[in-house]
Amino acid sequence: MLKTRIIPTLLYKDFGLVKGERFDSLRAVGSALQAVKVYSLRGVDELAFLDVTATLQGREPDYALIDELADDCFMPLTVGGGVRSIDHVRRLLEVGADKVAIGTAVVEVEGLVEEAARRFGSQCIVAVVDTRTDESGTTGCWIRSGTAATDLHPVTMARRLEAAGAGEILLQSVDRDGTMVGYDLATVAAVAEAVAIPVIASGGCGTYGHMVEALEHGASALAAASIFHFTQQTPMEAKHHLAAAGYPVRR
Amino acid sequence: MGVVAVVDYGMGNIDSVRRALEVAGATVVVTGDPDDLADADRIVLPGVGAFGVAMANLRRSGLDVALTEQVVGQGAPFLGICLGMQLMATAGSEHGAHEGLGWVEATVDRMVPTPTDPRVPHVGWNEVHPVRDHPVLEGIDADRDFYFVHSFAMRCTDDSDRLATTPYGGGFTSAVARGSAVGVQFHPEKSQGVGQALIRAFLAWDG
Repeated sequence: MLKTRIIPTLLYKDFGLVKGERFDSLRAVGSALQAVKVYSLRGVDELAFLDVTATLQGREPDYALIDELADDCFMPLTVGGGVRSIDHVRRLLEVGADKVAIGTAVVEVEGLVEEAARRFGSQCIVAVVDTRTDESGTTGCWIRSGTAATDLHPVTMARRLEAAGAGEILLQSVDRDGTMVGYDLATVAAVAEAVAIPVIASGGCGTYGHMVEALEHGASALAAASIFHFTQQTPMEAKHHLAAAGYPVRR
Repeated sequence: MGVVAVVDYGMGNIDSVRRALEVAGATVVVTGDPDDLADADRIVLPGVGAFGVAMANLRRSGLDVALTEQVVGQGAPFLGICLGMQLMATAGSEHGAHEGLGWVEATVDRMVPTPTDPRVPHVGWNEVHPVRDHPVLEGIDADRDFYFVHSFAMRCTDDSDRLATTPYGGGFTSAVARGSAVGVQFHPEKSQGVGQALIRAFLAWDG
């Protein structure tokens, strides 16, 4: 049986790892290389490494850094941030990324997801869907690290990305990022129902119970950052909790 | 253990495979030159991407002929990983019909979602159940999980080629073996300890 993945997410800014709230007020939480080594030793299911300021600063992915990180990473690694062309995807895969996450460019670069999926296979293309909910309770897709609105609903966006050939959706709630108040369950449920590719819930996880809730709402995998950076909770303990709730996990 | 040739044909995660082999103690040569294959003691064909593009790349450089000569002709121990396993098949149907290396009687087709396993690609950790004994799977517990990430899977027409199955979408062939060639749909280089165990078993096998 396929096991439920728990994916610690490393957010990278300038020279170190950071964690903020609502994609803002980032504070440093350590060196990227050290974090990758620790998670590798702990045998986590998968790791996501997102360069959160690359697109805003107009930078390409840092291939030399990813190359270095991948040397200590004997687990699946998803890399994102600043990916805007086929060449960026190719170079990340070459230096050791197993999957490439594409965010802003799924909206701004016409045909990128289609071409990347055709060249490298759907399985290595993770499409990022960042969402915010306004005061009227309407949820929409945002790009550029949550700073620019689009006129797309997450369900519309996710269906388009699936049709374009994306292999997974990384569904991130900007509003809940770093708050540890729980995942955006309504949006997780709506997107998971709308597509037949795996949906990774992200943004807001603060307890193991939040993870179970996201699975109950259709998530295939759980991304989390603050819970592992700022609390005593661990990916291993999370698995015990999920197993007790009846979800298959890797031992 | 000798020298391991990792075939570079422009299809992805060469570096991860090279590192995993080196950690297991192998001397690795990454090469896209067909002439280098004859000098190697064993061959690893990694790869992520589309079947048709991969076969076209192998043919353009003459690697298809050299691989078949070394593996099927000379009996060099061979490990195909993910797309590298799929290319061992007779044919693949990813973005049109394509001819494969044809070492095992099999086709490679898109996985079909089922009510219990509705999502494709099949991404994550899953079991590998051997259907027969093989030196490359020796010492690996049947309930240990390996890492998978793929949308297409192999269907064997000759049951004797099947080495292991994995429970997803009604079950699919996750490892094959014929002669000195072994193919695995999962990624041993990304499967931590159990992946290292498989790689060491491959390096100790004489084909």
